[in-house]
Amino acid sequence: MTMLQGFQIALHALRLNPLRSFLTMLGIVIGVASIVTVFAIGSGAQLRLQEQIRSIGANVLMITPGAVYQGGVRLKDGSKLTMTESDVQAILEQIPEIQAAAGSIAGTAQVIHESKNWNTTINGTTTGHFMVRDWQLAAGRYFSGTEEAGAGKVVILGSTVARELFAPGDDPIGAQIRIMKVPLEVVGVLDRKGPAQDDVAFVPLSTAKLRFLGSASNINRDSVAYIIAKVAADGQMAGARSEIESLLRQRHRVPAGQEDDFKVQDPAAAMEAQQGAIRTVALLLVAIASVSLLVGGISIMNVMIVSVTERTREIGIRRALGGRMRDIRLQFLCEALVLCLLGGAIGVAGGITLSMTVARMAGWITSIDGEAIGLALVFSIATGLIFGFYPAHKASRLSPIEALKTE
Amino acid sequence: MTAPLPLISLRSVSRTYRTDGVAVAAVRNVSFDIAQGEIVAVMGPSGSGKSTLMNMIGLLDLPSEGEVHLEGANVAELSEDRRSSLRARSIGFVFQSYNLLARHNAIENVALPLVYGGISRKARLARAEQSLQAVGMLHRAHHFPRQLSGGEQQRVAIARALIASPLIVLADEPTGALDSRTGAEILALFAALNRTGQTIVMITHDPGIATQCRRTIRLHDGELVSDETLVPLLPKRSAVS
Repeated sequence: MTMLQGFQIALHALRLNPLRSFLTMLGIVIGVASIVTVFAIGSGAQLRLQEQIRSIGANVLMITPGAVYQGGVRLKDGSKLTMTESDVQAILEQIPEIQAAAGSIAGTAQVIHESKNWNTTINGTTTGHFMVRDWQLAAGRYFSGTEEAGAGKVVILGSTVARELFAPGDDPIGAQIRIMKVPLEVVGVLDRKGPAQDDVAFVPLSTAKLRFLGSASNINRDSVAYIIAKVAADGQMAGARSEIESLLRQRHRVPAGQEDDFKVQDPAAAMEAQQGAIRTVALLLVAIASVSLLVGGISIMNVMIVSVTERTREIGIRRALGGRMRDIRLQFLCEALVLCLLGGAIGVAGGITLSMTVARMAGWITSIDGEAIGLALVFSIATGLIFGFYPAHKASRLSPIEALKTE
Repeated sequence: MTAPLPLISLRSVSRTYRTDGVAVAAVRNVSFDIAQGEIVAVMGPSGSGKSTLMNMIGLLDLPSEGEVHLEGANVAELSEDRRSSLRARSIGFVFQSYNLLARHNAIENVALPLVYGGISRKARLARAEQSLQAVGMLHRAHHFPRQLSGGEQQRVAIARALIASPLIVLADEPTGALDSRTGAEILALFAALNRTGQTIVMITHDPGIATQCRRTIRLHDGELVSDETLVPLLPKRSAVS
């Protein structure tokens, strides 16, 4: 008997009892569906993080305000903008490892172009910002020195904002848009950097302060919300970081032993750590899902043992008609395999559907890769072989004489 | 000149079963030959060792002592797999309770032995049709066993036994579950097959059946008590043909 004949006999037998066959493979279906879904969500989360890491740029340090003391009261991080434009200047001039640096202030506002409008992040910064983040222009130019110094009425759009405000054929360069009633000329449109990054409009720092965000109480003329700085090489990150820390402590006159009023972070490193955590959680979930595969396998073994008992006479007849022990074994092994493969296929389809539903309903990014599907199918084949072997072996060992006597 | 090699040869065959530590001799020291083209009835009351004998001739069981030769080969020297393959090719079983697979239709049942002979599905079904034709059951090829009468099921079972052109058809009480009229039809079918040269061994406890076979081997308590070849009753033969 060939493998193919084994599968034909198996399919025939399983078709006769569709409900039982389906219930038997349900454990495998659920196990495989959970594995595929967990993989899809896990690798989706990793993809999103990787995109964020890429969008930040390589070797970037981020300096944000830390805790401050006011009359002995410790305020929450960021409650006061402790960084200034002169800090940016000092970092650039005094720390040789720093290639570029820029301070930013940001807020959200409505941007308007003719009949279209869009709510987005307005980031006031300098051209250095784009250097730090390796962010190229799709069209136009960066800010000029005059515009940066003199609060020029210019704006550089992220690709999402450009898409929302301008029709596909329209050239945004040179167009006039309005932000908080201030008319601005679009001088540049940025390359795409990722969905979360592209929804932004950049104006010169001086423009933001003077025209949009200057009225906010915690903005003084020199302060910035955060600073980003690019370190020349990967190996210099730690050194640059401690140099920035000591420079800023000195400049901010932080007494020895007191907490810094700023924080220097390596966002890429933090995200990489986060990525590791996601991987760990995903593996844990896959392990849990595998338990249901195990339970599914046990249920298949159980049903196969019952089936062998029920079909003892059939086994006897097949043996009398010339079926070898291995033919009988193959027949029942094929049944277990077909159950598992079918269950695995339904599980893969279910897992894809489930992760697409999750993606749509929860707004998560999910990514279904062939590797996860392959792994799930390999798991189900292995389950079929492992849990199908014992009943099949048992069937093949039946004495044909005894088997023919059973009713 | 030596006589042609017998198809089946039993040499001082004994078969002892051990149940709960007690040895029970089902067959004791039985010897006989069956030649090509014979039709033989094996008779005896129940418990006389008929079925045990049939299991050994059908390669389902091996003797505890003595030797069973099929076409000169000692079957005990063959591997389990070889004996299975030999069963597929050389032995056609017919059972009292038909033993058709309930979930397969007649033609699939008939083709079943060929599955184990590595024959393609198309060729299997073609040969199954021929075989069904031979027993007059082609019109029921796609019926399931439960849709057939006892006599029809037994005809399908005979078609299955014949499909691989076996050396020998082994029938165990083939009419035991049938009414006398249907039983007579089945016996007539066996007689007709025998006339085409098919070797048949029929196990029965019914003397009426035995009289229709030229040779009768009688067993009692596992021992061979007689082995008689009768002069055929010509009128009866023509009556069943």
